[in-house]
Amino acid sequence: MSDNTLKVKINGKQIECSPHETILQVAKRGNVYIPTLCHDDRLEPYGGCRLCLVKVDRIPRPLPACTTPVADNMEILTETDEIRKIRANIIDLLLSNHPNDCMRCEATGSCTLQDLSYEYNVKGARFYGEKWNLPIRDDNPFITFEPNKCILCGRCTRICNEVVMAGTIELTGRGFRALPDTSFGKPRTLKNCEFCGQCVSTCPTGALTDKKGRGKGRSFELKKVRTTCSYCGTGCNFDLNVKEGKVVKVTSAYDAPVNHGNLCIKGRYGYDFIHSFERIKHPLIRKGDRMHTVSWDEALDHVADSFRKLLKKHGPGSVGGFSSSRCTNEENFLLSKFVRTVFRSNNVDNCARV
Amino acid sequence: MAGLATSLGAGAATNSLAQMPDIDTLFLFGSNPTEAHPIVSLYLKKALRKGAKLIVGDPRKTWMAKRADVWLNLKPGSNIAIMNGLAHVILKNGWENRDFIEKRTESFEAFKRQVEKYDLKTVERLTGVKADDIVEAARLYSHADKAMIVYGLGVTEHQTGTENSMSIANLALLCGHIGRPSTGIMALRGQNNVQGASDLGPLPATLPGYQSVSDPAVRAKFEKAWKVPIDPVPGLKSVEMLDRACHGKFKGIFILGEDPAHTDPNVHEVRKALSSLEFLVVQDIFHTETTKYADVILPGASFAEKDGTFTNGERRVQRVRKAIEPIAGMAEWEVICKLANRMGYPMTYEHPSDIMDEIASLTPQYGGISYERLETESLQWPCPTKDHPGTKTMYTDLFSRPGGLAKFMVLDHKGPGEAADREYPYTLITGRIREHYNNGSMTRRAKGIMKLVSEEMIEISPADAEKLNIEDGDYVKVSSRRGKVNVRAKVTRRSQKGNVFMTFHYADALVNLLTSEHKDPITGTPEYKACAVKIEK
Ligand code: SF4
Ligand code: SF4
Ligand code: SF4
Repeated sequence: MSDNTLKVKINGKQIECSPHETILQVAKRGNVYIPTLCHDDRLEPYGGCRLCLVKVDRIPRPLPACTTPVADNMEILTETDEIRKIRANIIDLLLSNHPNDCMRCEATGSCTLQDLSYEYNVKGARFYGEKWNLPIRDDNPFITFEPNKCILCGRCTRICNEVVMAGTIELTGRGFRALPDTSFGKPRTLKNCEFCGQCVSTCPTGALTDKKGRGKGRSFELKKVRTTCSYCGTGCNFDLNVKEGKVVKVTSAYDAPVNHGNLCIKGRYGYDFIHSFERIKHPLIRKGDRMHTVSWDEALDHVADSFRKLLKKHGPGSVGGFSSSRCTNEENFLLSKFVRTVFRSNNVDNCARV
Repeated sequence: MAGLATSLGAGAATNSLAQMPDIDTLFLFGSNPTEAHPIVSLYLKKALRKGAKLIVGDPRKTWMAKRADVWLNLKPGSNIAIMNGLAHVILKNGWENRDFIEKRTESFEAFKRQVEKYDLKTVERLTGVKADDIVEAARLYSHADKAMIVYGLGVTEHQTGTENSMSIANLALLCGHIGRPSTGIMALRGQNNVQGASDLGPLPATLPGYQSVSDPAVRAKFEKAWKVPIDPVPGLKSVEMLDRACHGKFKGIFILGEDPAHTDPNVHEVRKALSSLEFLVVQDIFHTETTKYADVILPGASFAEKDGTFTNGERRVQRVRKAIEPIAGMAEWEVICKLANRMGYPMTYEHPSDIMDEIASLTPQYGGISYERLETESLQWPCPTKDHPGTKTMYTDLFSRPGGLAKFMVLDHKGPGEAADREYPYTLITGRIREHYNNGSMTRRAKGIMKLVSEEMIEISPADAEKLNIEDGDYVKVSSRRGKVNVRAKVTRRSQKGNVFMTFHYADALVNLLTSEHKDPITGTPEYKACAVKIEK
């Protein structure tokens, strides 16, 4: 780090940082946990939920960690009794207008609100309030919105406007009636939405969920396998969520070097080709006009025999291989090697150079 | 990418995506990232939010074109003319970076003489772009501090594709806009692993790592590792193999995961070639147009069913991880090994990581890459050794050409292979939309996506629609010298008068029945971006 390195102490632990960082950023880097609901690293700091309040020495009122920049020699406490009490109150207030539907909620196990209620041991019974009773909205193929579970953190609307710049959803209405919604509450269609699912990926509760994955398994039942998208050359990473040998949905990899959790419609919702009934499941050999299902051994023997005969009769110049920009590096290397070592020629090419 | 390789040394993007938000002047050329590369577009949008200036070169009025400071609405196929024109303006005003030209490039004088011919009047005529816009674009780009040219298939999918990329390199060299963070040339490519597939040698003239088969030292290295003699004569390009097949002189092809009978711009010829073969093996995950011609179809494994790596457009080598067992029992790499073994050449890899180790030992750019490192690090090639951190910005001091200098190329405007004329008065541009991918064999099977965009449309400008008496949603007949298709029309301002646009995602509309046989002679890339058509109701 350069000359203008600052030093701060968080809970007594010294951490180096640079002047433009916020307390939250520094804490994250130093592995100090500060709870947040309205924050997402992909978004500008917002300071809306007040959960990230921390105590800074010599300053009487607690400050939001997500919007407060660090200063040299700052001493920060993240878990004082006073702060824990404030946080518990905030959570309690949120729960007072929450359906407490955890037992059948899609987000159970991956819901920040649930985790915080558990951590702060809050039931949501202290404040009595009117509860929303709005219908579920799933008027499009990919995104389900359960307004009753919305805590109005504004993450979905901010990511849609700040990051995607699609302008699909806004916080509409005021006070108790405020909601993140499309203009005039119209269904999401390609006319107003990109179906990138960034809003779903940032929602800290079960208010926004991936429709195609609903009911197919909760986060703790799913094996997550980090991989790279196979659609375009951007190289986004995501997690394939697997249950009982089936890919049931795709979730964001927030630490991905290229895409930081963002995806497009193809990467996030284009996975069902994997288990399509139309997949070719067995090798097929042509006999006359018909293709016949055969075993791998029979197919491979036949392929080897046929190429061997052609090579013998017409020489190495008569056969070749096309490889694919869809296949892995290893497969491309191997095909290149195969043609050179088995066919003994350089007749190997990438057939679509796009 | 052969263009950048000739000018700069390597056929790859010079910078990293994460540097994009810091660009102060973005020159987006022949690329529609909000549709074709949505996540790249998020980075670019961030740059725009931070106040970056935007120049867009595109015949279509894309999302980005609407927001551009200067929109160069050039005629399809006039890329070189516009680039030469920009260079002309820059030189005339003394906006070039003399220091950079002197220290880091060669052949400048010849280039300078060439672009002298491209005065504003000439360029205006060739490209259809207003002189004022050309001057303003030249001023913005040359005066920038961190300028990046981001280009896409609108540049490479022309018969002059390679030269188009060279002309882009010329412009960057002229202004010294290369070799610094957020300053360089990024090519956005089509298929996910086109970079890796080029890097790793399924190419007729080069072994993995762009190492020439005609170089005896290279051959000696591979012969020692592979224990067979390597033919010093370059092999046939895919086009040539198919061409010979039509004449009965080529007998057998193994096609791994491609669908040339659908995606090749001249599907008639390809289909004829495939049916003339004595033996065709196709390995794919779905039945395609191409599998119809196969003698043996082998099931492929999807990316979820195998371990491996992909290399993205910024040279980043990333893991693909097996999430489920191969649905048909075997992944492609296992199939190739089994075939080799049956044909008498032993291949005994236990896991794709062994293959990567062999790649690293033979391919200098990948020398330091291993699965073990990829567990904890994210690496961009060149990464020559195990302790090398990878390369975010290329050419910070030397170009990877002989002598370390980049080369100005002398280029001439040629226009598209087939221009609009009286009989076929419209220029058809093909491309992608965000919701679908290539031949659509994957996205068409994704629930929901088909519901949203279920059929092919031809985009046509309001002026042309009015002239032809076509309303939004009408069925029209689109024909070229090679074939015809019926599609619905979508009347939109995205298209300019005289140009129409279609995608190539649907088997039933098969736009490639229309596109021309013209190809870039250097890379074989087809001219998908311009062909002449007529439209009837
Ligand atoms: S899917 Fe994307 S575009 Fe649509 S509302 Fe969500 S964030 Fe906005
Ligand atoms: S839907 Fe989710 S992300 Fe959006 S405001 Fe409500 S809780 Fe926040
Ligand atoms: S998620 Fe979208 S942008 Fe990212 S790699 Fe996949 S197709 Fe490309």
